[in-house]
Amino acid sequence: MYVAVKGGEAAIEASRTLLAASRRGDRTLPQIEVAQIEQQLGLAVDRVMGEASLYDRELAALAIKQAQGDLQEAAFLLRAFRTTLPRFGASLPIDTACMTIARRISAIYKDLPGGQVLGPTVDYTHRLLDFSLITNEEPPCVPFADAPLATDMPRATAALEAEGLLTSEPDDGRTPPDLTREPLMFPASRAVRLQALARGDEGFLLAMGYSTQRGYGGTHPFAAEIRYGTVTVEIVSEELGFPVEIGDIVVTECQMVNQFKGSKTEPPQFTRGYGLVFGHAERRAMGMALVDRALQARELGEDVVAPAQDEEFVLSHADHVEASGFVQHLKLPHYVDFQSELELIRSLRAEAAARAETALKAAE
Amino acid sequence: MMSPSAVLPAEPADSAAPRRRWLSVLARTPRDTLEAAISALDPAPAWTRLRGPETGMIMVRGRMGGDGAPFNFGEMTVTRCSVALPCGTVGHAYIAGRDHRRAELAALCDCLLQTSLFAQLNEALIEPERRRQAAERDKMLRRSAATRVDFQTLVRMG
Repeated sequence: MYVAVKGGEAAIEASRTLLAASRRGDRTLPQIEVAQIEQQLGLAVDRVMGEASLYDRELAALAIKQAQGDLQEAAFLLRAFRTTLPRFGASLPIDTACMTIARRISAIYKDLPGGQVLGPTVDYTHRLLDFSLITNEEPPCVPFADAPLATDMPRATAALEAEGLLTSEPDDGRTPPDLTREPLMFPASRAVRLQALARGDEGFLLAMGYSTQRGYGGTHPFAAEIRYGTVTVEIVSEELGFPVEIGDIVVTECQMVNQFKGSKTEPPQFTRGYGLVFGHAERRAMGMALVDRALQARELGEDVVAPAQDEEFVLSHADHVEASGFVQHLKLPHYVDFQSELELIRSLRAEAAARAETALKAAE
Repeated sequence: MMSPSAVLPAEPADSAAPRRRWLSVLARTPRDTLEAAISALDPAPAWTRLRGPETGMIMVRGRMGGDGAPFNFGEMTVTRCSVALPCGTVGHAYIAGRDHRRAELAALCDCLLQTSLFAQLNEALIEPERRRQAAERDKMLRRSAATRVDFQTLVRMG
């Protein structure tokens, strides 16, 4: 238990000043601009926005600068900032089929309407260090195709859906529950699970997804489609009463399809795992989709035997802002608490020693 | 406040279509472009703030599987502003991000576009900006299209 302490103001102030100096680093080098972080460390910005669950590129870049590149700390800063803002309302659901595509691939169909679009990806690089970046060489100009991609790119799952080979995703028209307004309760609805996973720690999502591939609750996944690009956000404000566009956000979406032998009520078909995350974050979206599918075990009548299928385990530990807070509070002074532990141990030892002495005397 | 469910009317009223169109352009117009368009007006417009500009958040919703039931995906920063002209015309803006001036100018443009200045402002601001935004999108889509591939299946690898 943490007991409040006082004092140490001067040392704390000096520590903060030292922190600022340590963040600044060598003063003979130019200071890094927030805009440079936003532009040139874009994937770090995406991760911080995702784990903070707040889309604002400039603020995420600022948080990264402030946290000296510690992305979990940056997400924590952004999550804390979020609590200072009023909520104006909710958007209409974004339509990822109308995404302005930057990248779109399918691992289940070679030829699909709209084609496979690689976009900017490290998938086909050799993962060798590029020393030209040390000397700040400018990259070559990008090529442009004569014709743009279609603005309406059907989902790779559409064909399976049309054949009835994929579980449908009914919309019951209800307002989805909101994890930021209501505490997490079990069993959790899929809407709550997806919200929690969308802001979950990438490392945790990846590890949990990986565990299902290694046999801990196997789901036989195929990456039906991964797409990333820009989607429009629309709201219906009460002043206007009709939908208006407020801007665009970049998102990554992953559709996993999984084997399913069927149940008493469902015919054999493919089931889905869904991943949707802020920014360009494929590893994160894939991890989310794998875990989303694993967490459907109960609804699909599968045995819940593996950690990734246990929603209480997954959802209670996915958020690194909570996890980090609880783990790191151990650094705070626990002097009083520890003193009582110390006294307890000493008295137990004294008792044990006294008992041993009595036993020895009795034996004599 | 909008209703928490933000229910979409099946078809927006046709009368709102022109306004929806310019609001969608204004939502993506850079601040400098708005400043330039307003300062080019003679006489300079006068307006009063009714609300804001103020920054808050919108909860962005997604759909399960892309087309299923909605879920709360995550929040985004949004700045809103409502202004009125001396004649009583009211304009509104909800714009992604935290730029107060931009939201105020967009709300002012929404006002002015409802008045006799429509033709002038539409020609000087909305149409060129709509074309610029379309060109930007086209450029992005042509850049992506250059990376479209045809994978040839050579050997079954597993």
